[in-house]
Amino acid sequence: MSDAIEIRRVVKRYGTFTALHGVSLAIRDNEFFTLLGPSGCGKTTLLRMIAGFEDVTQGEILLFGQNIAGLEPDRRPVNTVFQNYALFPHMSVLDNVAFGLKMKGVAADARRARAGRMLEMVHLSAFADRLPSQLSGGQQQRVALARALAPEPRVLLLDEPLSALDLKLRQAMRVELKQLQEDTGITFIFVTHDQEEALTMSDRIAVMSAGHVQQIGTAREIYEAPVNRFVADFIGETNLLEVEVASVAGGQARVVLPGGQALTCPSASDTLGRHALSIRPERLSLVEAGGDLKATVERVVYLGTDLQLLTRLEGGAEMQVRVQNSARARVPQPGDRLGLRIEEGAARLLAD
Amino acid sequence: MAGIADQTPATGDDSYRRIVAPLLLPTWAVIGIFLVLPVGLMAVYSFLTKEFRGGVDWQFSLAAYDQFFLNRGLFGDEPPVLEWTYITIFWRSIWQAVVATLLCLAIGFPTAWFIATRPAHSRGVWLFLITIPYWVNLLIRTVSLKFLIRDNGPLNEALLGIGLIDGPLPLVNTNLAVQLGLFYSYLPFMVLPIYAAVERYNFALSEAAADLYASRWVTLREIVLPIVKPGIVAGCLLVFIPSLGAFLAPDLLGGAKNFMIGSLIDEQFKGSLGNWPFGAAVSMILMTLVMIALLLYARSAAKGGAA
Repeated sequence: MSDAIEIRRVVKRYGTFTALHGVSLAIRDNEFFTLLGPSGCGKTTLLRMIAGFEDVTQGEILLFGQNIAGLEPDRRPVNTVFQNYALFPHMSVLDNVAFGLKMKGVAADARRARAGRMLEMVHLSAFADRLPSQLSGGQQQRVALARALAPEPRVLLLDEPLSALDLKLRQAMRVELKQLQEDTGITFIFVTHDQEEALTMSDRIAVMSAGHVQQIGTAREIYEAPVNRFVADFIGETNLLEVEVASVAGGQARVVLPGGQALTCPSASDTLGRHALSIRPERLSLVEAGGDLKATVERVVYLGTDLQLLTRLEGGAEMQVRVQNSARARVPQPGDRLGLRIEEGAARLLAD
Repeated sequence: MAGIADQTPATGDDSYRRIVAPLLLPTWAVIGIFLVLPVGLMAVYSFLTKEFRGGVDWQFSLAAYDQFFLNRGLFGDEPPVLEWTYITIFWRSIWQAVVATLLCLAIGFPTAWFIATRPAHSRGVWLFLITIPYWVNLLIRTVSLKFLIRDNGPLNEALLGIGLIDGPLPLVNTNLAVQLGLFYSYLPFMVLPIYAAVERYNFALSEAAADLYASRWVTLREIVLPIVKPGIVAGCLLVFIPSLGAFLAPDLLGGAKNFMIGSLIDEQFKGSLGNWPFGAAVSMILMTLVMIALLLYARSAAKGGAA
């Protein structure tokens, strides 16, 4: 598969502040690619550079092999869905959707027909003659989507398009967006700070923080095999423990937890000394006796489908455990002393 | 407090008459004393008979309007023909006001745009600078302008000095001087409403337009101008209407040849040569013209909005 966009060592500076420190990544054609990170990580800056709203301080952005760094936004074959939609308030919904086609010189009849089809696709045909201000937030969002898709861009940029919607609508739009991307075959570059959004829709995700790309991979790779402490902590919930690697042999490390308990886990490097260890709460299970670690239950939170247990390991460290709420099993009580079993491969040593 | 809040929605009941109506009295008083009364007085005076030493005779007469529109010869005994003197003055005034308005728009729009796109904390300083000249009396500013542009004034001296012209430009007592005076007098009335409109403009819309392949020029025409139009219209009205009736700039900078409505009206109320009913009639005709223009605009704007 060819690359739709290739970003090569792109740097962005505002005065003395560096927003992006030499970011490189390649986005494949027909891919739903997400830039995920907390606010201020540079994800929106990167998106705006692809759209042409920000200059590139250093580096190159290639769109289907062509360097677009010097191109004005109106000369780039990409379209954007803006965070607050930026619909033209003085134009009807239909005129909004047809605007890009009008600018491309499509004849009036043809562009009205195509804009009508786009509105059909987002289920807003009945609202074609309304002004944007007469629509709800969710409807405006869909108009923005139709407007950006109408000129048939090869790449669609989406800047936190769901963040202004309420939860129910957001969840429904996730499914719609993913479906739309698969139907149209357009490359989507989606910016969000919401990890759940990223995990449910994306083919691949780039996790960003402080102007650096921390990890690129599928949802599964990023969740199951975070490369560092930031990714492990940012994606989902995890137990991060400061451990001492005592020995490494044959890809297996012997690590000592605070408090003295030890366990064995896979390790890619053979450096000894202090490391971070990540264990997802749902990869731990409770056993009456034995297990990998000994712990005492401190608090039990009832979540309906799940139980969330806050336990303390012998020797001090806290450990969150998430188990399915089953009618057959006895609900643990604070004060219970239990064994914790770690699923095969679930304890991961992090690079930093 | 709660009692008032509970009762106000029922506008027809007793509490409305007792509480809300008295609160509206100052508004009615201001409208009555400063709007209805003077305009009504003017309307009445325009239909009265002229007194010789100024003032009016309380005798109904159409003489003022007759004088404006009809020429009955030197002794008033010839068959009436259309009188062009005053219509010419009106036409000249409208033309001057249009030019002044366009001039203000051409300079005011970029100025307002510039201020509105500065960082929030420095906008106040720019607006303050715009209003500073208005701390000085209009008469003094207009006279100063005359000194600035006269034959041996600094402007001509400077142009002569750098060799751009051979002799001084005759600026005083020209249409150009009047337009310059009007432009200088009313520029802030153009800048401020446009600034208010541009400041509210969402610049993400310009990005959206560029994203959808619109050039800068097309973005200005298709997106920016339609959205800030109310500010532009307000600015044009605020400049055009006072320019039409202005008398300081035409009087001081235009000289006798460039007589305008404002000066015409002004003269009718000065000393024993004046003619109060005629001055009142000219004012009424001017006001009627302005109101017709506004109504036509409002109607076309309403149509444009509905389409």
